[in-house]
Amino acid sequence: MTAAKHLFLLGANHRTTPLALRERLTLHPEKSAALIAALRATGLVAEYCLLNTCNRVELYAVSDEPAADRRLLAEFCRIQGLEPADFIPHAHQRSNPAAVVHLFEVAAGLDSQMVGETEILGQVKDAYAAALAAGTVGPVLNRVFQKAFHAAKVVRRETGIGEGQVSVATVAVALAERIFGRLHDSRVLVVGGGDIAEKTAKALRSREAGRVVFTNRTAARAEQLALEFAGSALPFARLADALAESDIVVSSTAAPQPVLTSPMIYAAMHRRAARPLFLIDLALPRDIDAGAAELPNVFLYNLDDLARLAEENIAQRRAEIDRARALLTGRAQDTWDKLCPTSATEGPRGEESTANGAQDPAGGPAALSPSGEGE
Amino acid sequence: MYWAITVGWAGGPPAGPCAADLPCAAALSTLAQMSPLTDRWAIACGTAFYAAGLLYGCWSVLHRRRHSRVTSYSFMLLGWLLQTYGLYLRGQATHSCPIGNTFELVQFVAWSCTLIYLAVGAAFRTSLLGFFSAGMAVLLGTMSLAIPEWDSGLRIRPFGGDPVVAIHASLGLFSYGVFALLALTSLMFLVQHRNLRQKRSGGAFALLPSIVELDHMNLRLLACGVVLLSIALGIAGHHWHGHPAAVAPAKLVVTGAVWLFYVATLAQRLRQHWVGQRFASVCLALFLAPLLSLGIVSSPHRPPAHPVTTPPVSAP
Repeated sequence: MTAAKHLFLLGANHRTTPLALRERLTLHPEKSAALIAALRATGLVAEYCLLNTCNRVELYAVSDEPAADRRLLAEFCRIQGLEPADFIPHAHQRSNPAAVVHLFEVAAGLDSQMVGETEILGQVKDAYAAALAAGTVGPVLNRVFQKAFHAAKVVRRETGIGEGQVSVATVAVALAERIFGRLHDSRVLVVGGGDIAEKTAKALRSREAGRVVFTNRTAARAEQLALEFAGSALPFARLADALAESDIVVSSTAAPQPVLTSPMIYAAMHRRAARPLFLIDLALPRDIDAGAAELPNVFLYNLDDLARLAEENIAQRRAEIDRARALLTGRAQDTWDKLCPTSATEGPRGEESTANGAQDPAGGPAALSPSGEGE
Repeated sequence: MYWAITVGWAGGPPAGPCAADLPCAAALSTLAQMSPLTDRWAIACGTAFYAAGLLYGCWSVLHRRRHSRVTSYSFMLLGWLLQTYGLYLRGQATHSCPIGNTFELVQFVAWSCTLIYLAVGAAFRTSLLGFFSAGMAVLLGTMSLAIPEWDSGLRIRPFGGDPVVAIHASLGLFSYGVFALLALTSLMFLVQHRNLRQKRSGGAFALLPSIVELDHMNLRLLACGVVLLSIALGIAGHHWHGHPAAVAPAKLVVTGAVWLFYVATLAQRLRQHWVGQRFASVCLALFLAPLLSLGIVSSPHRPPAHPVTTPPVSAP
């Protein structure tokens, strides 16, 4: 990259921008098209890539003009129908190596609301693919994005940033795998039709759980879920029989009393040979008699248990942030040095400033502190 | 390899046709002529590799890292090869299977257990099994190396050159190795089970195989051990049919009791009376039986007419 060009990012994300404003900033397809048209019309940028997710709207661009970012900000506010004064306090801007570092962290999931999640990498890849198809990326962004994807893989492999499950549904699936191993032989029974039970059934299905049976007091709801998840529906009256034939039971009814009592589970265990039974109680008040946890070969987890495990995993991921960040910063700096050898002496964070042009008083590294509040 | 060692040692000097015709025995013989390692040093080096595997496993567990199976397996394989070489040298010294004193018995059980791990671990890609196997090998190896009394007695050629008796003895001890591995997988089951019941994330131990997989493995190992021990006892029964005085009553009772315990456990599991935690606990506790009976069951089968004795260990 020539010394005259500079790489910058301009945008807003969940760290700096309140939800109400993020709702307004979301780029719907028509607004997105308008922004792209404006970028083309102004001719301000040589390369650009727009990352637009539910938690962030970020424009990565390369321009010859030093003030391009400010002019783009004004254009962005015009298209969004916002007063610049409303947006500027919540916007963030980074340039040169700091922009590269930021992209690396976004791709690796370090900047996500749920630290270490992998969905963002797919979203960044989609954004890059769209830009590539539109011909709006060139040598600089091509290199930076490719390196970001590679760095995201490396950081996931070499740190524990992606270890452990962090949602109730995925924690339940991970536990099921610790009990049964591969789930393709496991039979799942879903009692009730709550949203969280549906998510858990979906997560189990995604891990190729063998057979999923739904039962509900309202037969129509059970049939609807069975249709949705390619399972089968069972009359609620046959719950005790189904219990003996199932390996994983997800219960989430609105019943005021336990739906699955200890004697019912005890009787089912006598009919199911040596296979363990995994009971997931996602209801409040609870659906499964707590005494069932004492039965041999029965594993009972309720909503609190699953949430606590998810919290533990999140804490473990957070503990890995510093290591992941150090690794990414080094790689980002290498990428920048190769792009722009003349500025190799520039600090790894490069220039960071708020959108109104003031230099970030915290300086480089502090702006990306472990709490991630630097934007 | 196992057959070569057993038959080669049991059938007389390794230069004899049984051992020399087998490529692995020939290779070991060539290695023995070239290597400066003594048997105890080879076994100590093998134990050091097992210890390295254990330390690597500990590091993985403490740092909550998914460990490399290749690394773990390599440490175990190198340890096992050195241990095999050490035991081979000892076998050469006595011209018999190296199960002539407590040191060799313990080493042979550890060797068998590791051999099964090397076969099962590769086939089933069982998480952390190498870690537990390394722990067992280090414990048995260190104990046998650290207690000089175990290796101080005269190493009497225990089978009088009879290959059938040697096969019986080595198969019996090999089944003990299988039971040792069964104890390990049972321990893994209990760790996983405890973490799940106490609703703990389990740290790196969450990488243990699932309890259903471990339960299946326990059943297979138990069945395999029972079959091997039954064959060993069958050979012994056939051989001693006409020589009832050749075996001490205490040995008969203890050997029969160990076999009966394991058969009863297998029957209880197959009838699904003992499942899950109870089955694993019994398998783990039951390993005390072969461990404690090792001295009795390995006593000489019949007093040789002209005992062949060798000084304790100095094979080149």
